[in-house]
Amino acid sequence: MTPTNQARASVLSRIRAALGVTGKDRKREDAVEDRLRNHPRGTIPARARADHEALIELMTAMLGSQGAEVTRASTPEEAVRAIADDLGAHDLSSVLRMGSDPVLAALPWDTAPTLQRRIGRAGPHDRAALSLAVTAAAETGTLVLVSGADNPTTLAFLPETHFILVRAGDVVGSYEEAFDRLRAIYGEGNLPRTVNLISGPSRTADIEQTIVRGAHGPKRLHVVVLG
Amino acid sequence: MDDASPLTFKQSAERALADAKLQRALQNVKRGFIIKGANAKEKLPEFNRLRDEARALKDHTLLLLDLYLEAYERKVMESGGRVHFAPSAADARDIVLKICKDAGASLVTKGKSMVSEEIGLNAHLEAAGIEVAETDLGEHIIQIRHDAPSHIVAPVIHLNKEEIAEDFIRAHPGLPQDRSLSAVPDLVAEARAVLREKFVSADVGITGANLLIAETGSSVIVTNEGNGDLTGTLPKVHIVIASIEKLVPTLEDACTVLRLLARSGTGQEITTYTTFTTGPARDGDPDGPRQYHVVLLDNGRSEMLGGDFRAMLRCIRCGACLNHCPVYGTIGGHAYGSLYPGPMGAVLTPALYGIDHARDLPNASSFCGRCEEVCPMAIPLPSMMRKWRERDFERGDPPATQRLALRLWAFAAKRPRLYHALSGTIVPLLARLAGDHGRFSSLPFAGAWTETRDLPAPQGKTFHELYRETRRSEAP
Repeated sequence: MTPTNQARASVLSRIRAALGVTGKDRKREDAVEDRLRNHPRGTIPARARADHEALIELMTAMLGSQGAEVTRASTPEEAVRAIADDLGAHDLSSVLRMGSDPVLAALPWDTAPTLQRRIGRAGPHDRAALSLAVTAAAETGTLVLVSGADNPTTLAFLPETHFILVRAGDVVGSYEEAFDRLRAIYGEGNLPRTVNLISGPSRTADIEQTIVRGAHGPKRLHVVVLG
Repeated sequence: MDDASPLTFKQSAERALADAKLQRALQNVKRGFIIKGANAKEKLPEFNRLRDEARALKDHTLLLLDLYLEAYERKVMESGGRVHFAPSAADARDIVLKICKDAGASLVTKGKSMVSEEIGLNAHLEAAGIEVAETDLGEHIIQIRHDAPSHIVAPVIHLNKEEIAEDFIRAHPGLPQDRSLSAVPDLVAEARAVLREKFVSADVGITGANLLIAETGSSVIVTNEGNGDLTGTLPKVHIVIASIEKLVPTLEDACTVLRLLARSGTGQEITTYTTFTTGPARDGDPDGPRQYHVVLLDNGRSEMLGGDFRAMLRCIRCGACLNHCPVYGTIGGHAYGSLYPGPMGAVLTPALYGIDHARDLPNASSFCGRCEEVCPMAIPLPSMMRKWRERDFERGDPPATQRLALRLWAFAAKRPRLYHALSGTIVPLLARLAGDHGRFSSLPFAGAWTETRDLPAPQGKTFHELYRETRRSEAP
């Protein structure tokens, strides 16, 4: 055996010895297989079970209390304007870094002619970025971002200002419903490289329990709910 | 355990009590964690039900841990990652060093990881000429002070901002000596700028894991700063080091634990960032590492599975038991002389390193039971501490006077007549000796107690006398 295999065998056999079991026990194997296949849900908080408008209100309130700004945009034009206005108000030179996700690409960017979009991963000098949340769990105001060819992860962590667009129809109540949406996209048991659950701007309370925003990631998170 | 500290627990505790700066800093535990935690629990009426479910799902996983580890390993490999089993701390250090060397690494960034502290990873990498940059703000401060974390969630809870400002002036080169660092945001902004440089030039990023998920082969980290994400995303190699008990079966199980973790730890509904990482960058991904490694550490945990301390493996390292412990709140984390302080540390430290290295810790408790009450995994911490005391006693290690006193008491307690005769004589005697005050301000053999407070003297009758009287008066 190679040292790697030896180490593996040693850990597994120590576990089996401590539990007094062998690795070959049909009942134990079935228990594991059943749980992985059926992935039963635990208790879902009552607050996550509400009608859709109430969920969007809950998400907005949670995000607000966690330090994010939220704009409800009833049209794609309004969504673009919310982003452009924010950049203008914070003197951010109207340069926006974003991926090539078709949902974001389809927004009417020509209605904000001063806004310059740069497509691709974020670098250390980008000051503002836009990501798409494929779904969001209202229970704690948690946006769900996935990595992929069109959705760089760096957008969410390097710039000081981060915009996340989520379509109202993609907002669900609980984490479990959000993960079921990911299962529908990626298949059972599969996830993209990263799934980022984001519930506010970056913060730290390491020094004297004093909360300061913008520890390493964005100082500001602006969520645009479209629809 | 770090044996560098030559002080006994008692000496460290005395020193901590006399340290005015530390005592001021420890007030923040109450001001921050305890109040926020109570609020967060109140907002989730399902908390206790989730706690029962979390406990059950962890017990389920631990009893099937070998099979879940195999399932997890298969999923990691399917997603293009590698799993390395590390029976001991030395094995884990060597595995990580080899990956770093193979990657030609000269700079490694690190997210906060208690397991990396447990195995002494930084010193090992530095000895091989690799620069290690801790990126969590608290851990960065610990690193530049050459200090040790005093809390598993808030590493610098023992420090005040003035002390940290002095460290920054000393340790951050190339900045004006007279810059203002008097406010906490100044310190945070400076650390952000200094560590940004490290993030973008690191060759390898090392993070811990709060959870591992067998269903998908994912590792999960929860952070508020976002440093863990920059650590795992920017370098070309990402190494996750996690101990074997971090495993849960499914995404749903992870959801249950996540609902308890931040609420119990920092009093948040959820941390700002909760990140599920599955393998290296996929084809076409514009960012993310090219290699993803998971180092699974045993280091004594498999042995705990079979014995009295299995329930300790349910621990999710939220720190609630530290925050609510009156002993921790009075002396802070360093006095324990162990990486894992407080009630969870008092149980885990002897299990990982042997009771020889941690004899005082299970005794550093008033058994008030608050730790078990606030533990989101319902770990019976007081009864496990009691078990360690029993084991320590059985081995014959406690001081002779303590053993003699317990023997004498046991001798009398097993002989009811003798016991009643003795208590019937001693109790009134003590009451008379104490006089009108009803308390002793000094006593032979109890000087350590009476030096700082009075010992109340027994008042009136013994329990047995009262019991007999009550029985008589209630008799028909």
